Amino acid sequence: MKKRFLTAAAAAICAVSLAACGSSSTGTTTADTTAAEAAEDTTAAEGGDSAAEETEAAEDETEASGGTLVMATNAEFPPYEYHDSSQVGPDGSDIVGIDAEIAGAIADQMGMDLVIEDIAFDSLIPELQSGKADFVAAGMTVTEDRLVNVDFSDTYATAVQSVIVTNDSDIASVDDLAGKKIGVQQGTTGDLYATDDFGDENVDRYPKGVDAVQALVQGKVDAVIIDNEPAKVFVGDNEGLKLLDTAYAEEEYAIAVKKGNTELLDQINAAIAELKDSGELESIVAKYITAE
Amino acid sequence: MSQAIYDNFIKDDRWRYITDGLQVTLEVTFFSVLIGIVIGFLVAVVRSTYDKTGKLKVLNAVCKVYLTVIRGTPVLVQLMIIYFVIFGSVNISKVIVAVISFGINSGAYVAEIFRSGIMSIDQGQFEAGRSLGFNYVQTMWYIIMPQALKNVLPALGNEFISLLKETSVGSYIALQDLTKGGDIIRSRTYDAFTPLIAVALIYLALVMLFSWLIQILERRLRQSER
Repeated sequence: MKKRFLTAAAAAICAVSLAACGSSSTGTTTADTTAAEAAEDTTAAEGGDSAAEETEAAEDETEASGGTLVMATNAEFPPYEYHDSSQVGPDGSDIVGIDAEIAGAIADQMGMDLVIEDIAFDSLIPELQSGKADFVAAGMTVTEDRLVNVDFSDTYATAVQSVIVTNDSDIASVDDLAGKKIGVQQGTTGDLYATDDFGDENVDRYPKGVDAVQALVQGKVDAVIIDNEPAKVFVGDNEGLKLLDTAYAEEEYAIAVKKGNTELLDQINAAIAELKDSGELESIVAKYITAE
Repeated sequence: MSQAIYDNFIKDDRWRYITDGLQVTLEVTFFSVLIGIVIGFLVAVVRSTYDKTGKLKVLNAVCKVYLTVIRGTPVLVQLMIIYFVIFGSVNISKVIVAVISFGINSGAYVAEIFRSGIMSIDQGQFEAGRSLGFNYVQTMWYIIMPQALKNVLPALGNEFISLLKETSVGSYIALQDLTKGGDIIRSRTYDAFTPLIAVALIYLALVMLFSWLIQILERRLRQSER
């Protein structure tokens, strides 16, 4: 008997809590919902949910016409994307930088609202594949392996991989890196190239570039390989660090979209072309990178 | 599917990330468990001696601070503090940093598990020991501890299982453990499914093996009850 009462009570609680969800999505609030009404509400709410899913799916198909455009990035990469609480980024959050502004301009041209998601760099491509994000703008270099998994837009910036060392380091050129401990940000091209060139056991992979730089400052690694622009920021922010004069590798950044999403890719390419022609791209870059 | 397995594990010898990572995970877990047991045992003895006899007042206060701080902060933050702050200017093996962090962390939980075991033994057992002429230490060692240990074995097994899985946060200090191994593969192949599932299955297998061993130990210890 007691058990049956408990079951009934549990069922009632479930029904009421579901009804609470239902009322928030349907907009009807009734103070004294009986269990029967609750059940009805739930089915109504479920109907509403699936309808919402359908419209969502419809939006996915016609991505360009209004709605939101989700950009995934790793906002630990100044000056391309980073958190700055003193500024307001293109999506209203505090994520700013060259990529963020370019994405904002692209979204403007497409008449959509931009939403920026900040996640780990090595999770960006899976984020695209699972459809959680529409495109990735994260200072991402076009590589063959990545091309297998995503489609890249036209390139919008060139970059070099630089080597950061301490001022008193005996590393004078890229050749001296052999046998040294190298810090990188996991999944970046710096990580990929260093692993190929200097061996897996000599590479320490940190989740953030700034952690790798911290390890360098503390003598835990001998050098850090990272993209040139963030490298300059890191060197500027930390005493006793310098950049090697010779670049480690040259590369080009592009925006990535899910494999086969040519519609969005064409629109992004058109937007990039327009930004290049109008000179806006240049002025965005100039705003963040002062010419030497 | 077979293509995914080839890309994620066979190509470029990527399975080595998993096996090397597994070895690091097991090393870190094993030594952390040892440190955890030693610290936990000592702290539990101090705390329960104070509870029972009122002695060791200063040591008890120190232990209480240790418990409060360690149990009151996330293990990830402790790990980062030990790596970037305490060993800030030293170039030290990441495995050692991880062992120290997880050992100290686990010690706090093990201490409370041991203490609950000691306190669960009836006061009459203690009095019986003393009336047989045993002193305090002998009573603890020969009468209380063997019974207490048997009582806390399931909770202790629980703690070590969560410790094994907790070591996965070591990737924050670039420790190449099992989780990091899967992550590195993921960052090369851009396939989220295969490496993550593989890593999850290995953890699951380890935990099942560990639970089985504890079960055998429990059964052995129960034989004396008949």
